[in-house]
Amino acid sequence: MEADGPFYRRERARLLAALTRVFGVENLSLAEDVVQETLAKAFETWAFGGVPEHHSALLMASAKNRALDVFRRERTARKFAPALQHVIESEWTLRPAVEELFLPKALQDDELRMMFSCCHPQLAEEAQVALILNMLCGFGVEEIARIYLASVAAVEKRISRGKKILGAAQRLFELTAKDFAPRLSAVHRALYLLFSEGYHGASDEAVIRAELCREALRLARLLVDHAPAATSATYAVAALMCLDAARLPGRTDEIGDLIALVEQDRSRWDAKLIAEGLAFLEQSATGSELSEYHLEAAIAGMHATASRFADTRWGEIVGLYDMLLTVRPSPVVALNRAMAVAQLEGPEKGLESIEAISGIERLEDYPFYAAALGELELRCRRIEVARAHFEKALDLARNEAERRFLARRVEDCAGGKPAISRATLP
Amino acid sequence: MSQFVFLYREDKTPSPQELESRMAKCLVWFKDLEKNGHLAYYGHPLNRTDGGVVRDSKGSVTDGPYAETKDIVIGFSVIEAKDFDQSVKLAAACPLVASGCLIEVRPVLKL
Repeated sequence: MEADGPFYRRERARLLAALTRVFGVENLSLAEDVVQETLAKAFETWAFGGVPEHHSALLMASAKNRALDVFRRERTARKFAPALQHVIESEWTLRPAVEELFLPKALQDDELRMMFSCCHPQLAEEAQVALILNMLCGFGVEEIARIYLASVAAVEKRISRGKKILGAAQRLFELTAKDFAPRLSAVHRALYLLFSEGYHGASDEAVIRAELCREALRLARLLVDHAPAATSATYAVAALMCLDAARLPGRTDEIGDLIALVEQDRSRWDAKLIAEGLAFLEQSATGSELSEYHLEAAIAGMHATASRFADTRWGEIVGLYDMLLTVRPSPVVALNRAMAVAQLEGPEKGLESIEAISGIERLEDYPFYAAALGELELRCRRIEVARAHFEKALDLARNEAERRFLARRVEDCAGGKPAISRATLP
Repeated sequence: MSQFVFLYREDKTPSPQELESRMAKCLVWFKDLEKNGHLAYYGHPLNRTDGGVVRDSKGSVTDGPYAETKDIVIGFSVIEAKDFDQSVKLAAACPLVASGCLIEVRPVLKL
């Protein structure tokens, strides 16, 4: 897939959020049309002679002019916000009103409010994420379908239903609303899911997955930069994303094959992102809140700051997983904990921990469950058992990169090569 | 050297994403022309949706010049080339052609 250029994704989100506020959420599709038209005209113009320096400001000015035209053309045909309805009837009041709607101060929280609007409580988490992908990250229906290995029709349905629910709200979510706190935690969750889909997801396209991580991080930074949204949990979410994303460059080799944590070249990790993540982690420690994001960020920080695999502080990591299990009990978390136990106390103890996980049968289809068993059996020198687990994992692999990674492990069993850890999750 | 007007024609409207990737390629192509002394005038992109053809001195306006095609002129440039053959080679390398546009190449009339 050809990744979209640098302008489309960024500028579309900004313009769409502004125009949706200006036209009202019930006129979302009108706002979308105007954004597409604005961008199309800009790209055609800039093809002759280059992209101007202040392109963002120019695009917004162009969107404003189009909004004026739309109000003139549609003032009788369409319903706008009641407060706007009488203002747009006269040319005398229309222009100053629209100018005001596009003042920098009016524009500054638009994307944030759009993000909060997408996390409507009537929408399932996956629908919230799909809306964020579509409206704030500029992903089309087909791209989203590819990310989730879902059908275009299913994604289309999910998004159009989501937009209908948004439209019923009539205006973007107010950041001062009294249900701000629950909405913020829905936003955290959606951004976390967005990031995880990029980091661990099923899609085969490394470019797109890196882009998902980048977009999730961009939106998390947006939260950090806006006072009411910059809570301790927000800092933890941002920290987690930085510390994980920092390790993305070491996670695959030149041809895109996954590399297990133990074998990664740590000099390829992004030191700047690690520093940023650690700074966020520190800021997340103000206050008494200890969310799942705090714990996951702390675990990511342990890995990111160990200069060699052998220096990893497994004891502390096990402790953090123990706490994480009380906040968010899940077999995947328990599996990762078991792998840390194996590092700390040996593979037999790791296997015992895995056996003790309640609900582990829910991971039957998760390739890295079978792979984890394979790793530990291999380290116990039960090579045939290990091979059987790896073969099962290989059958479950969700994409080519996983398939190649697991096929290599099956081969390694022939050579008896041990020693991969942390659920073998690269 | 002679001058040639390139008239870019297209019969569909690409998506903004397509237009962005086209833009990036066009900028490279224009830069190359400029560097090699082939660009007399960048010209302009033209509005696809508005405009028309004036038919008579009373000012009757119709949509397009031709009945048989919906191609419209979406832009123009003025190119320097040593002859028609060379101008055609330059046009063939234009990313607009690769993305489905036509280029009408017209030599500027000389005495």
